[in-house]
Amino acid sequence: MSATFDRKIHETVSNPELQLKIYTATGRLIEGRKSSISSDRLPEYEELRNQANSVKKHTIDNLDYYLEQFERNVAAHGGKVIYCKDGEEVADFVLGLAKEREARLIVKSKSMTTEELDFNERLEHHGLESVETDLGEYIIQLAHIRPFHIIAPALQMTRYDVADIFTKHLGVTETVITKQTQIARTILRDKFLAADIGVSGANFLVADSGAIVLVENEGNARLTTSAPKIHIAVAGIEKMIPRAQDLATFLKLLGRSATGQPLTVYTSFLSGPRRGEEIDGPDEFYVVLVDNGRTKLLADREKRESLHCIRCGACLNICPVYRKIGGHSFPWVYSGPIGAIITPQFMGPMHEPSLPFASSLCGACAEVCPVKIDIPKVLLELRADVKKAEKRDGQGKLERLAFRMWAWLMRHPRIYEMAGMMAGSLAPEATNGYIRAAPPLMNHGPIRGWLSQRDLPAPAQKSFRQMWRGR
Amino acid sequence: MSRDNILHKVRTALGRSVDQAPPPAPPARISVPSIGKEAKIESFLIRLQALAGKTHHVHSVGDALEYVRRVVDGRPAVASNAPLLAECGVTSLPSVRSGLTDRDELRALCSTAAVGITSADYCLADTGTLVMIASKDEARLISLLPPVHIAVVNADRMLSGLDELLETLPLPAEQSSSMVLITGPSRTADIEQTLVRGVHGPGEIHVVIIS
Amino acid sequence: MARRVSLFVTCVVDQLFPRVGMAMAEVLERIGYQVDFPEAQTCCAQPAFNSGFRKDARDVARYFLSVFSGAELVVVPSGSCATMIAHHFAELFPNEPKNLEAALALAPKVHEFSNFLLDVAQVDDVGARLEEVVTYHDSCHALRELKIKEGPRRLLRKVRGLELREMDVAEECCGFGGTFSVKFDEVSGAMARTKIESVMRTGASTVVSIDSSCLMQLQGALSRADLPIRTMHLAEVLASR
Repeated sequence: MSATFDRKIHETVSNPELQLKIYTATGRLIEGRKSSISSDRLPEYEELRNQANSVKKHTIDNLDYYLEQFERNVAAHGGKVIYCKDGEEVADFVLGLAKEREARLIVKSKSMTTEELDFNERLEHHGLESVETDLGEYIIQLAHIRPFHIIAPALQMTRYDVADIFTKHLGVTETVITKQTQIARTILRDKFLAADIGVSGANFLVADSGAIVLVENEGNARLTTSAPKIHIAVAGIEKMIPRAQDLATFLKLLGRSATGQPLTVYTSFLSGPRRGEEIDGPDEFYVVLVDNGRTKLLADREKRESLHCIRCGACLNICPVYRKIGGHSFPWVYSGPIGAIITPQFMGPMHEPSLPFASSLCGACAEVCPVKIDIPKVLLELRADVKKAEKRDGQGKLERLAFRMWAWLMRHPRIYEMAGMMAGSLAPEATNGYIRAAPPLMNHGPIRGWLSQRDLPAPAQKSFRQMWRGR
Repeated sequence: MSRDNILHKVRTALGRSVDQAPPPAPPARISVPSIGKEAKIESFLIRLQALAGKTHHVHSVGDALEYVRRVVDGRPAVASNAPLLAECGVTSLPSVRSGLTDRDELRALCSTAAVGITSADYCLADTGTLVMIASKDEARLISLLPPVHIAVVNADRMLSGLDELLETLPLPAEQSSSMVLITGPSRTADIEQTLVRGVHGPGEIHVVIIS
Repeated sequence: MARRVSLFVTCVVDQLFPRVGMAMAEVLERIGYQVDFPEAQTCCAQPAFNSGFRKDARDVARYFLSVFSGAELVVVPSGSCATMIAHHFAELFPNEPKNLEAALALAPKVHEFSNFLLDVAQVDDVGARLEEVVTYHDSCHALRELKIKEGPRRLLRKVRGLELREMDVAEECCGFGGTFSVKFDEVSGAMARTKIESVMRTGASTVVSIDSSCLMQLQGALSRADLPIRTMHLAEVLASR
């Protein structure tokens, strides 16, 4: 793996305090999800999953149709759809609009898509202030770090970490959590009321309504989309669902899978600027539909299901690897199992070639995924892609040769048996059948890797086939 | 132009042609349980209480008014233009301003008011949820800016849950630019997974059901 | 008339834990099966498949199909190997109709050991006796792909003198994952330690699983921590008298 990946993993795994924080936080989310989908609370859980899977599959497989339907309906309600191929185009659009309207301040609600596009950085580069208003996002924006988790951006921080950040960037020191929240609330309230533009993401795009759906607990998304005169929603094209009625399926799964809540505190269904006799709400409504490589994923039939994701974070919480390496070890903004499958697809298999291998294929992610993405299957496909790419680039020769030889050996049972016997005779000293250390000559590669963490069983005196023959 | 480019890429990726009709979508799953009116009210009250929402079940507009008066306690308040509020006499309470139709004026008042009072279009029994649809009667910010939100609702607005809402209103966008489902007071657990209420939205919510 | 079962012991059992294979054979014979061992067998191809070397996996899978072409029933002391054969072989032959057919024909004949006892042989009591406090580790492939959860526990509860205690993270991965265990050794080791800490909390003296790879990982960690807790394959437990 790359040196960076290796280092970040090591830093996280060898930090006992960080390990405890990650484990405890994800543990709570796991319990929350589990009790909210129990058979007495939600007996229809499996049925909903199957429904969500088939609706998503249908939508993605016919995405152009739904994009156009969505666009027509947004226009019918007084809004506008803008298609952008990447982060630069999104920034160009927003900057252009801001200039026309003489806008200077943007408030933002939480959106992983905008993280993906480096939205804030692009705007700040051109002198526009873009303030995150979700408490976790606000904290990490101050600290200039990436989200640690798809739905809990500051999951790894303690109140003391937050106190340090507030002291450094706001000039105020406070370690009590309720007071820290109050400080953020007061500052951000002024921002909401002064902002010229509100930028949100979208949990869902609803084709038959020309609407976006936003789920949240704080109220910042509602404020972002109701106080400023302009609302811009930025969303990946894959967020589409066909009908408002499909929310009866997806909303039941999203909150529960994410945090264990049957519904989050606020669910907003927004379909345009204020109309008719409505008293408040924005005057202008834009939905920016982003490609940024999604059309590439669409084209790969075997892995297209990766686009079904509704960004609940359940796979992160349950993943034993994520729970050890945390969100910051991952090479891109998306972490956990979903991050592991979409990153190589967006960035190419050689971006971080060992990423698809950073999994024991335990399958817990697929088990909790509300839309039933077969993450292990996609990981296996990606592993094959990486090996093909390495072959093409002339890399990984040793491993390729090793498996070639291994495959030959496995087709020649007598030689395989002899190899086993040889390994037995060369094996280092064992106590109670387990080897603790290997001599320097042997202490390389897989043997070294294994022995660095645990003892190795010594090859048996007699193999099974030898014992069987002697019966 | 990015639009045509992106749509073209989508179609190519999917092997679909322009204007090609999709196969029929799997039918939407809507499953409405049959629950009696009293059971629905009961469920709503219990669910909202479990989320630290305060509830009050009354049988007259007079009692509703009394509860609201107690909560408002003379503090500056903004009430929506929902007819039910006038009917109850809420809009006549001394410190309550209502009848506002100017966006800027409403916003200024909401940002200093201690209490926001609204009705609601529907209630969802299985989650303790208020459904607020923006209209000339209900502005968005009244249930959002003030730190306390009181909703006075007639029990005949009670639905069993999300399925019944979407069965009743399959196309909410036809009615309004905004439909918001409110389930309890604003909260966060972003710092140390510790629950804090009233982050941006109201930290205190009261629902008065009149039946 | 005794029914015939063929053993696929797996390369890990063959080379490292042969007693597991012998125990499995003993139990099967005890309940009235005639057991054979196709000697030409080696490996199920999982290491190559999981490492992204599909061509190599295909070559070994083809060989496997030829070795077991005449088998009526195949019993395997591993959930991951059983899954490889029964679920993934078919994925290897999209362009080889004959081999695809052979893979699909073989799949229903392949049974993980505990599944075989309960579903095919329809026995849950094999007359075993083992006076130990035991905790059970749910191997991932078995749990999630073969839906094996209650079965081994049911078999363990019938073992005379055995006390079964549940660990709080029974369903969490032990961290083996094939080459993951050495490519991401630090993470793998940390995962193993989380499991063994949970084992310690149960007070059990023995950890049981239906997969020797998991047991190898857990035993390696237990041994490194100098803990007196041992691991046993379910077959070894059931063979005990």
